[in-house]
Amino acid sequence: MSQDIKAGGTTRPRDDRNRVWLGSLPALLVTAVVTLPFLWLAILSFISEGSPSLAHYARMLDNPSYFTIIIDTVKLSIIVTAIALAIGYPTAYFINLLTPAWATLALGLVAIPFWTSLLVRTYAWMVLLQRNGLINSWLIEIGAIDRPLRMANSFLGTTIGMIHIMLPFVILPLYSSMRQIDGDVIRAARNLGASPSQAFRDVFVPLSMPGVIAGGLLTFVLCLGFYVTPQLLGGGNLTTISMKIQQNIIMYGDWGAASSLGVLLVVLVGISLLVLHWLAPRALRG
Amino acid sequence: MSARRRGADISHWRRLWLYVFVLLVFAFLLTPVFIVVPMSFSGSNYLEFPPQTWSLRWYQAYFGSREWIAATKVSMIAALLTVCLATPAGFAAAYFLRHSQTRFAKAVLPVLLLPQVMPVILVAIGVFFLYIRLGLVDTLFGIVLAHTALAIPFVVMPILAGLRGFDERLEFAARNLGATRLQAIRDVTLPAVRPSVISGALFAFVTSLDEVVIGLFIAGGPNTVLTRRMFLSLRDQIDPTIAAISTVLIAVSIAAVVLFMLASQPTRRAKAAYDV
Repeated sequence: MSQDIKAGGTTRPRDDRNRVWLGSLPALLVTAVVTLPFLWLAILSFISEGSPSLAHYARMLDNPSYFTIIIDTVKLSIIVTAIALAIGYPTAYFINLLTPAWATLALGLVAIPFWTSLLVRTYAWMVLLQRNGLINSWLIEIGAIDRPLRMANSFLGTTIGMIHIMLPFVILPLYSSMRQIDGDVIRAARNLGASPSQAFRDVFVPLSMPGVIAGGLLTFVLCLGFYVTPQLLGGGNLTTISMKIQQNIIMYGDWGAASSLGVLLVVLVGISLLVLHWLAPRALRG
Repeated sequence: MSARRRGADISHWRRLWLYVFVLLVFAFLLTPVFIVVPMSFSGSNYLEFPPQTWSLRWYQAYFGSREWIAATKVSMIAALLTVCLATPAGFAAAYFLRHSQTRFAKAVLPVLLLPQVMPVILVAIGVFFLYIRLGLVDTLFGIVLAHTALAIPFVVMPILAGLRGFDERLEFAARNLGATRLQAIRDVTLPAVRPSVISGALFAFVTSLDEVVIGLFIAGGPNTVLTRRMFLSLRDQIDPTIAAISTVLIAVSIAAVVLFMLASQPTRRAKAAYDV
């Protein structure tokens, strides 16, 4: 309290402790509805016929189709994250060069797809990528291909759609980390004899790593658990972990199989967070 | 200013590739959002671009269909109720996080952030599992409860940032002058952090309106939400009616972005309060 008096002469009211704890109730609701039910399912996944067992996990190892599903999910997430970063980095760099007014406009344009319903964007890609869709007819018109490419209902289509959906998640953190880079540091490098590309490579890029890591990790984790876009754009030719979880419950009513896959998904997310924890200090030091 | 400081020694000509590249990226980002709009006005049975004939038939198909309108109503009611519940709850939680220095309060923040990294399919099967036991599957109350729980973390974040930028001694002063805590919050704190509360409410609205996966499990029957109906329809065929619905949803999103940007400008009254 004495600190408050020193700081501004206005004391913290005496009843300050009272009833503030009421504000923790919403957190309780979030936990009760969002987090705890899955935790309950996760525990049940280690129980089979009333006793602790690894039966649900053993079945996963026996069935080779599960292996394909896991590999496909991780592969899709890595490819989407890598391409989104490769496209997003120059874009964020460009926005960072703009004057404040233009940068606000550019960020607004990035925000439009971000605020547009995921389902609407996926639908647009279904329309664009279908066999007699826009992209195929344009490609045929300019003579790039003879026959329509098979892009809808495939790994390729899912990848394109997901890159589009993930780009804002990459561009926004990249831009905010680039904004924090002091332009004088780059100029100092130039004055000390670095060429523009050397200054970019050895000074700017390392300083922008926090954004690369934050955006990349967010994208990767979101991709691992993605359901809507792979289901609609991969239709039948690609199965991700989340699609298999949904199938196990809606089609087979098999909660054990679904929950054990869910635990696997959480483990994958956890591993990515750990890798980041290990990678981040190294990248930032370098 | 930043442009001059950072890039003056590289000519625009040498940066040409960057400009072309970024132009392509923006085309990639925006084309899928806006291509649906002209297609929704097409007169033919297929989705074509540019449309050969124009008509409003897909809008008639949307507004004339009892199922689509029923689903739209459920979605709108659920989204508005979610805003009404999640915004005060999120404000209370943010206020708590700002004002409580206990160890308990420090533990609450990660608990609130956890749902944001949790794959939504896992939230969905968990909620479904819980609701089967509580008899809440396919009820409006169940949908609003799930959406509120999902939206609260998105509401807390902007409001907490708003409260951190607000000098809490103003509120203390009001209370020391005789206002109750609720009066002080209503008359002093809330007007000052209004933009962040509005962004929080918008986040809650959009979170509820756009939610698909949880709805697939718990929002069926008479309480089918719009996104569930769209998803199920898309799984079978590409129905042009959805282009019309999408156009309506895009208009709602753009309105949300504009509101969001307007809300992040401090109001004249709030500015006047700071100038005093």
